[in-house]
Amino acid sequence: MDQKELQEWESRCIEENPPLCVADCPLHVDARALAGRMAAGDWPGAWQVLLRTMPLPGLLARICDGPCRRRCKRVEAGGAIAVNELERACAAQATPRRPPPPLPAREERVAVVGAGLAGLTAAWELARKGYRVTVQEPGPVLAGELRERFSTLLPTQTVEAELDHLTRLGVRAELKAPVEEEGFLDRCLAESQAVFLSLDVLNPRDWPLERDAGGRPQVPSPVQTTAREGVFGGGLDRPEGPSPVWQAAEGRWAATSIDRYFQGVSLTAGRDKDGPFETRLFTSLEGVEPAPMVTSAGTGGYDDREAAQEAGRCLQCHCLECVKVCPFLERFAAYPKKYTREIYNNLSIVMGAHQANKLINSCSLCGLCEQVCPENFAMQDLCLAARQEMVRRSKMPPSAHEFALLDLDFSLGPDFRLARHQPGHDTSARIFFPGCQLAASAPAQVRRVYDHLRTSLPGGVGLMLACCGAPAEWAGQEEKLTRSLETWQEDWRGLGSPPVILACPSCRAVLGAHLPQVELLDLWEVLAGTGLQVQEPQTGPWAIHDPCSTRPDPRAREAVRALLERAGVELAELRLGGELTECCGYGGLMSTANPDLAGEVVRRRRAQSDLDYLTYCAVCRDRLAAGGKRTVHALDLFFPDETGGDPGPRRNPGWSERRENRARLKAGLKRELWQEEVAEMEPHRRLKLVISPQVGEELEQRRILIEDVQKVIFQAEESGRKLVHPRTGHHLAGFRPYKAMFWVEYSPLEDGFEIHKAYSHRMEVKAGTRP
Amino acid sequence: MKGENISPRDLEWRCGRCGLNLQPTLVTVEYLGSEFTAELPCCPGCGLVLVSEEVALGKMNEVEQILEDK
Repeated sequence: MDQKELQEWESRCIEENPPLCVADCPLHVDARALAGRMAAGDWPGAWQVLLRTMPLPGLLARICDGPCRRRCKRVEAGGAIAVNELERACAAQATPRRPPPPLPAREERVAVVGAGLAGLTAAWELARKGYRVTVQEPGPVLAGELRERFSTLLPTQTVEAELDHLTRLGVRAELKAPVEEEGFLDRCLAESQAVFLSLDVLNPRDWPLERDAGGRPQVPSPVQTTAREGVFGGGLDRPEGPSPVWQAAEGRWAATSIDRYFQGVSLTAGRDKDGPFETRLFTSLEGVEPAPMVTSAGTGGYDDREAAQEAGRCLQCHCLECVKVCPFLERFAAYPKKYTREIYNNLSIVMGAHQANKLINSCSLCGLCEQVCPENFAMQDLCLAARQEMVRRSKMPPSAHEFALLDLDFSLGPDFRLARHQPGHDTSARIFFPGCQLAASAPAQVRRVYDHLRTSLPGGVGLMLACCGAPAEWAGQEEKLTRSLETWQEDWRGLGSPPVILACPSCRAVLGAHLPQVELLDLWEVLAGTGLQVQEPQTGPWAIHDPCSTRPDPRAREAVRALLERAGVELAELRLGGELTECCGYGGLMSTANPDLAGEVVRRRRAQSDLDYLTYCAVCRDRLAAGGKRTVHALDLFFPDETGGDPGPRRNPGWSERRENRARLKAGLKRELWQEEVAEMEPHRRLKLVISPQVGEELEQRRILIEDVQKVIFQAEESGRKLVHPRTGHHLAGFRPYKAMFWVEYSPLEDGFEIHKAYSHRMEVKAGTRP
Repeated sequence: MKGENISPRDLEWRCGRCGLNLQPTLVTVEYLGSEFTAELPCCPGCGLVLVSEEVALGKMNEVEQILEDK
């Protein structure tokens, strides 16, 4: 990822865009932060928020007309937040504070004509920038118009205190200035290098302003220039009448223009966010209860309690649509824009810890974020690209995906891989490809489905057992994926390249994406064509859990529903179902790279409905079942086992059994359907092991396969390289069948071995020397 | 480092082939191109090294994670 791509990714996430109130305020006062602090009772913090952005806060906070309210999201749920009332309450509480000291003094002088709010703001801003400012006020006092207009809200003491701040900033004032005298502006320009006209208190017709087509005086914002060079203005009435916050804003923008004018730089460049602008921030109102604006019991505005209550109505607008629905995005405590930066840094650093490895490898690649994001931010694309780059640079932690990749090797190896025409046929009109995990989960069901297909469909239905390559795809292992797909195609071509009936939605996603030349058929559509019926009356309703790989595939989702409904199975939809469905924690190899998070995913998913679940992905079924949710695979209803019993409690076969199931399926099919000889098991696999349920569970958690244990014991017993405990008689031996070293503590029995414990590590121990 | 990876129980094991008790020995351990020395129980006869469950799942696992993220 380069800098440009980084910025493109970052700009797609809108979480850091300002809320509507901030974007719409001409001064960009952070009303969201203000309300947040006030709701928490943090009055000094709230005042600090205002001090950061408001000029003359002692005045403006009391008289702000709150134009932000027209865009407030609360409008749709009870009415806009009374931000101006909150500001007033905050100002009433605040301890007066002196403004920060101005920047170092500069030579240029500015004359501000008229001490209206626009003029006083321009004076405030220019003085803070270090310019020498003189206010030329025609009246007998400063801010005369404000005192009159807001006689209740602005007591004399308050006005004087704020004017005192201006004096401290170095602003000088000349009262009763002869502003109407001939040549006044010329004299100002002779004494100063720029002039600001406070048009809220001057008669616009008396000054050299630009005019619109109708001859009305106007000042273009935000440059605030006039028809005369060096003369700036602001504070004209808005179409809706005079607005204090707009007057202040125009004073501020003019100060920016005057500063730029002195520096000889562009007045217009980069000013598109001076004044209201459109924000892309999206905020959902889902689950927001309407609440009306708090009314004040007294006449002097909100008291503390009322203000906190009104502030508490603020929605604290954020987007976080993706984080709300994704335990992975929630787990790392930020949002895609920040994650993008972390991933970029992770890929860029040469020395030091790659702190985002876990983040990158924990995404299930399910794409729900993209579906709910108003801007379609696809975290899965980002994480997958990062994984691929890590693999290419040999920076992928070996332990992250190895277990799943070894499982892929197993499925493409001699124990499972198989490609045959239907017995008695030498061509195939179709092939059934059940996928590795359906065979791992329910091998007898694969057999029953195959029996049904080959007896119902004409022209011969071949069978292919293998892995589609999904684990390699998810691990970012592009070369391994290519090799897997080549192996798959070799078998497919060997059977005459016919259409392929798929039972697994992940196979469909992977093969569909990489092998467009293969015609893929959905098992559910095929079954519908065979007149299949549910064999037993079913209880229901079931809540249907769509596998995440069907998100972009409405046809597959509809096909399974149609078949089930036609068979009289009653279904209910989950809140996050269909194209909004959630991953079971297996996708993207989340469960391999971050088992704890994958467990949390299942816990959340199972809590979505009290109904039993029905799904059509073997891994989803097994993971939900292992998480304590009664879940059936749709095939359980159409192809029940011989007992015809309740399929709901079928447990999740463990890692070892998943391999055993595949090997037995292949061996059984070869023997029974094709009358082929089955190769004898390797000697280590013939060792009989006694494993208590407790030890079995530990092996499962530590991802140690029975076969790994058999290899260790076989090796130890053959070579004699083992340790013996004189008191317990236990044996302890280690063996490294691949990149991990396995240790097993066991006791020999008459015809087998009892296993006490097993553990593994990846570090290699080299020969020792005595100290 | 000395002795911290070895518990008294570890030294109760005897080598199955040599019949000798294990003794603390400096060994080299390697992962992803990084080598360290550590003291582990070892058969003085044939050099068979014991990595106990505590060491494998504790210290070694910790170092493996650090090296994988390096």
